[in-house]
Amino acid sequence: MATLHTRASARLMMAPSVILLFVWMVVPLAMTLYFSFLSYNLLTPGAHNFIGFLNYSYFLTDPAFLMAIGNTLLLVIGVLLITVIGGILLALVLDQPFWGQGIVRLLVIAPFFVMPTVSALVWKNMLMNPVYGLFAWIARGLGITPIDWLADVPLFSITLIVAWQWLPFATLILLTALQSLDGEQKEAAEMDGAGAVSRFIYIVLPHLSRAITVVILIQTIFLLSIFAEILVTTNGGPGIQSTNLTYLVYAQALLQFDVGGASAGGIIAVILANIVGIFLIRLIGKNLDR
Amino acid sequence: MKLKSLILGACSVLAMAGFARADTTLTIATVNNGDMIRMQGLTDDFTKANPDIKLNWVTLEENVLRQKVTTDIATKGGQFDVMTIGTYEVPIWAKQNWLLPLDNLGSDYDVDDLLPAIRSGLSAGGKLYAAPFYGESSYTMYRKDLMDKAGLKMPDKPNWAFIREAADKMTDKANGIYGICLRGKAGWGENMAFLTAMSNSFGARWFDEKWHPQFDQPEWKDTLSFYVDLMKADGPPGASSNGFNENLALFQSGKCGMWIDATVAGSFVTDPKNSKIAKDVGFALAPNKEGVDKRANWLWSWALAIPAGTKKAEAAEKFVSWATSKHYLDIVAAKDGWANVPPGTRKSLYDNQKYLDAAPFAKMTLASIKAADPEHPTVKPVPYVGVQFVAIPEFQGIGTAVGQQFSAALAGQISVDQALSSAQQLTTREMTKAGYIK
Amino acid sequence: MARAINTRSKITFTIVGWLCGLLLFFPILWTFLTSFKTEGDAIANPPYFLFFHWTLENYIEVQARSDYLHHFLNSVTISVGSTVIGLIIAVPAAWAMAFSPTKHTKDVLMWMLSTKMMPAVGALIPIYLIFRDWGLLDSRIGLTAIVMLINLPIIVWMLYTYFREIPGEILEAARMDGASLAKEIIYVLTPMAVPGIASTLLLNIILAWNEAFWTLNLSTSKAAPLTTFIASYSSPEGLFWAKLSAASTLAIAPILIMGWFSQKQLVRGLTFGAVK
Repeated sequence: MATLHTRASARLMMAPSVILLFVWMVVPLAMTLYFSFLSYNLLTPGAHNFIGFLNYSYFLTDPAFLMAIGNTLLLVIGVLLITVIGGILLALVLDQPFWGQGIVRLLVIAPFFVMPTVSALVWKNMLMNPVYGLFAWIARGLGITPIDWLADVPLFSITLIVAWQWLPFATLILLTALQSLDGEQKEAAEMDGAGAVSRFIYIVLPHLSRAITVVILIQTIFLLSIFAEILVTTNGGPGIQSTNLTYLVYAQALLQFDVGGASAGGIIAVILANIVGIFLIRLIGKNLDR
Repeated sequence: MKLKSLILGACSVLAMAGFARADTTLTIATVNNGDMIRMQGLTDDFTKANPDIKLNWVTLEENVLRQKVTTDIATKGGQFDVMTIGTYEVPIWAKQNWLLPLDNLGSDYDVDDLLPAIRSGLSAGGKLYAAPFYGESSYTMYRKDLMDKAGLKMPDKPNWAFIREAADKMTDKANGIYGICLRGKAGWGENMAFLTAMSNSFGARWFDEKWHPQFDQPEWKDTLSFYVDLMKADGPPGASSNGFNENLALFQSGKCGMWIDATVAGSFVTDPKNSKIAKDVGFALAPNKEGVDKRANWLWSWALAIPAGTKKAEAAEKFVSWATSKHYLDIVAAKDGWANVPPGTRKSLYDNQKYLDAAPFAKMTLASIKAADPEHPTVKPVPYVGVQFVAIPEFQGIGTAVGQQFSAALAGQISVDQALSSAQQLTTREMTKAGYIK
Repeated sequence: MARAINTRSKITFTIVGWLCGLLLFFPILWTFLTSFKTEGDAIANPPYFLFFHWTLENYIEVQARSDYLHHFLNSVTISVGSTVIGLIIAVPAAWAMAFSPTKHTKDVLMWMLSTKMMPAVGALIPIYLIFRDWGLLDSRIGLTAIVMLINLPIIVWMLYTYFREIPGEILEAARMDGASLAKEIIYVLTPMAVPGIASTLLLNIILAWNEAFWTLNLSTSKAAPLTTFIASYSSPEGLFWAKLSAASTLAIAPILIMGWFSQKQLVRGLTFGAVK
């Protein structure tokens, strides 16, 4: 009886969130789905004819499509690698006692607070610019020809910018996890004569696995739809070298104003994102479920 | 004492008037260029004469602006009362009846004073749909000192071969001097504005009469190879991400020998406050290829238009009239000098000796604007209007996608041939989808 | 001996730690410094680090062009408003999920998260049309609602993971003592949940503050937050490094300062259940 009661009240408590999110998902999705079958360009009003799967076939056969999927994955994986590895190393450093630890921690978390647009603008203009940028100045100082970051290695540059923004997040979560590691365990291992490396591999890393999972899950959600950084720095170029799926849909929607094509692209992106999502949840969901 | 009470009285009358009449607030979308920003500082003159009108500025970067106003007008969102748009949008939007014709600009507006090329670019069916705030073509800006050092003299009408030679001689990479700076950043209004105009001067065209793309023709290959070779030899590093603004910064800081770009840049590069090389700048027409009688100069105008959906049309038209009037030119001249008035819209400005004295670029600007012909932009016949663009709704998307390919060719990521064949392929695709190619 | 090693390692870690910290912080520091330079000094080669002519002219110019306070207040309204409303809606849901889970709880949670993976651009036109019809374009209410919806899944999830850490035994003990449900919530659970809620609040204010896609596309002036403010500097004419820096500094300073001051509270709950 009591459980029935609590169950009913639990449902009631969940209802607002679930209903809101459901509407938020379904209404735009339904409209997008509907538009995706129309010949609908914002700039040519009038009748929007039903054209079946034409928008889909155009989007799927777009030469940029496969490249965009590849770029999306590379971007996500690249940023994850940098932030997870960098985050662990940073967390290990920050976990040690040293002078000015508090201030250093403030410095480390700062990039997380910076708007994506601002960080992209700053990196593009003040650091990576091959003529005035600081990197170019350093390179010239070392006697190397400055790299034209955004033209020569566009995707890597964007990965770097995004990783800079997310590194603090990863570091913080990993650091919190590290600090919860039992001191006794570590000491016991030290007594046993285990070296720093094997201590790290056999004790610290397993302990961090859950935190790493969380970092990967949360960041993937945000990284799949990276957009502002690309728009500001490379506009998806040169060519289509830094075009990801989100940017491709953007180009359809707001450069060509092809609502039909963009809707088809949006639906495809939703499907792909969900595949990644399911994969991700299968792969690491277990790890979370303890 | 008398004066004071008079002012007080006037103030209270004004306050009453303001109280009695419902204030109208105009929301104005503008692009973040220097002339537009200057206007925002000079609006006291307008609001004093029209105390019941309040102005609300939305200043945005060009691409963001274009997205926002296009979305707004196409969905009839009604967020703006005055929009800053260009010669590309006006004919397309006017055809959709999205804009109000401007026929009440006031008795002293003198529509016939507008430069004919600019005016026709902003009209449809004989009616003016947007009032030009400034007009521009493109020309060659060069450093006289570096020219002298190279032992060359810039003719008034250079050709590409000369530009090439001069760029080679001026380039001094060890000292950070690059012979030529050109746009490379992908975008239909960035590198494609320049490259399309340049292709005209090589005898190329975007489409034939049946809307088939022409990137597989030798004229385009000449254009793109020349451009890429020239930029590789004498251009600055990172050229593939340089647009107008980046090049302006480069030229102003003395890193470019020549720069072929918008005529409005003239007042910026000769302004000693912001330009290190203000005294050394010379001007010439945009180049052509020997034997081709079209030059690589475009025609553009940023203009103020009133969306059909606004409920404040009357106030909006008052503002548009003020901002593009002769009177406004006088206000700017009085405050910041004649060199800084928005150029390229009125004949009378180019008859004004004070302006000609203050603006060394005035003569060339006028000549360049006059030389541009949007109705017949190319050597071979084309089904479209527009010099550096094709005035069809699909062009923004196509132009930008082609621009990406050409930008990649400039960056050395793909070859010129690859860029052209991708451009040909994607343009054919989009034009087929849009129903131009049957 | 041990002491010597400790001191030595402390010195090493001090150096390494500070290097990492400064390296990561450098872009922000550089922006801050550049914002006080003249445009000419901003692109000087070699660059000036500290010894240049400090000036406030960029800030004055930025303020003259757009009213910073107006955008700032909009940012505050939207980010705080959306987060608080989100919390009010999410707390009961997370509570229910944490304390009376069913076999579908995890699926519901994952589904909620998956709504975040939808590329916003694809849905822009539909949302724009809805906003137009409901008169929500350029309104703080509309933007607050959108940002709230975007962050709601994260809010629910953060709260859920935090609530789950609260041991059920404590509840039972309280019940044994004869506490009513209301008392149980007020005296037992709330004090334990506060750190989690605080941390969720802070993180989502940050996320909402930095949300740029919807705020930029659905607002023009009245409701425009700082993301729109920065959009007008993204590539102005001529030399603009210093002005861009000033505008950037203004846009990120409030949230950076808030983040620094509330760092401890932010970190305490920022575990997403990663720590057991």
